[in-house]
Amino acid sequence: MHRAALLVLADGRFPAGGHAHSGGAEAAVTARRVRDVASLREFCRGRLHTAGLVAAGLAAAAAAGYDPLLLEEAADARTPSPALRQAGRRLGRQLLRAARAAWPSPELDALAAARPRGAHQPVVLGLAARSAGLTPLDAAYAAAYESVSGPVTATVRLLRLDPFDATAVLARLAADLDHVAAGAAEAAQRVPADGVAALPAASAPLLDITAEQHVMRPARLFAS
Amino acid sequence: MHLHHDDAFPDSHVHGPAGSAGEGPDGRRRALRIGLGGPVGSGKTATVAALCRTLRAELSIAVVTNDIYTREDAEFLLRQAVLPADRITAVQTGACPHTAIRDDISANLEAVEDLQDHLGPLDLILIESGGDNLTATFSKGLVDAQIFVIDVAGGDDIPRKGGPGVTTSDLLVINKTDLAPHVGADLEAMARDAKAQRGDLPTVLTAVKTAGGITPVADWIRERLAAWTAGPA
Repeated sequence: MHRAALLVLADGRFPAGGHAHSGGAEAAVTARRVRDVASLREFCRGRLHTAGLVAAGLAAAAAAGYDPLLLEEAADARTPSPALRQAGRRLGRQLLRAARAAWPSPELDALAAARPRGAHQPVVLGLAARSAGLTPLDAAYAAAYESVSGPVTATVRLLRLDPFDATAVLARLAADLDHVAAGAAEAAQRVPADGVAALPAASAPLLDITAEQHVMRPARLFAS
Repeated sequence: MHLHHDDAFPDSHVHGPAGSAGEGPDGRRRALRIGLGGPVGSGKTATVAALCRTLRAELSIAVVTNDIYTREDAEFLLRQAVLPADRITAVQTGACPHTAIRDDISANLEAVEDLQDHLGPLDLILIESGGDNLTATFSKGLVDAQIFVIDVAGGDDIPRKGGPGVTTSDLLVINKTDLAPHVGADLEAMARDAKAQRGDLPTVLTAVKTAGGITPVADWIRERLAAWTAGPA
């Protein structure tokens, strides 16, 4: 394996459609819950330890070789919002296209054939990491980081935040990211014995509710 | 382990049916994809509407719009009833319209795939960029040719200023020539500057909303389509 593949996979410029999604940040900005650097930091911490942790667990399990279609069901069970299910599958479909070009593998082809309308993004992310020769922990890192890097980038655009302050928010979350990724990878190790119930299922009800409100808004910059 | 991908990389199967490969999943030549870019208000949507009205009787057409923060462009086309609603789809661009047509084309490719899935084989797909600036260009992975639309009211120095859209687009449309006397635009200078920037690439000066104004653009698309259909899959 080449560890550097993780840099390619986690790069915000990886062409997998993420730039059009804010991870709930636009809805939070609209509601004025996120309005400055301090509130962005709290938003990101909350998202990382809920949606980020769940995504990291699913990604780690997929990277470990666990059946992606069972993980699909586990992702649905952990995603009550139809809007977020749809956004997750759309992003998964886009990631699958990029991953099949970057790291072709029979497993990615099989998932594309089984789920032509897209699989949940964290599941695809884990399988992409596996195809790139990366570890479950690497996949968990990529998923956890993405759960906060997307909202930060979106908020820089939405609030015209100082980009240096915004990047510092991500840097200061490093310890939390380590913790979340390690916990997710450890949970994924228990899946063969305990099934998908071993994976984290932390929920963020406000993200679910505002995601539903967001898709109904006539004017928005980001798809989710 | 995947150590030798180079030989497999240009393989069309890697990119799926909506990548830059010329052949669709059924082995038939896929639809010609034309991108339309240009500054806000230059007449991109009006050009798309006029092209649909002119070509819809002879070609099976679909449209993808890239609105900045609403569905305005898609809804304008729907209101004008230039095509049935299921032939028009909108993509969201996260405040960066140029990213969605150049750096990360995945949402647009997905829209193209979905149109083909729903409508069957198409002849022509028009992909309209959100109004952007003079640097907007389309990825070759998304479109086969691009039209750049500017207008005389935006300043008659735009062709002289150049930029990737003006310089490298496959067709430059200088729109709203009927406004030239009202805004003091020098059409001859615009044509001369465009020629200097573009060499042999074609430029059209027209007003797409006037009778027959879209004809030179439609004729150019017919030529591109003839060449595309005759080309190797």
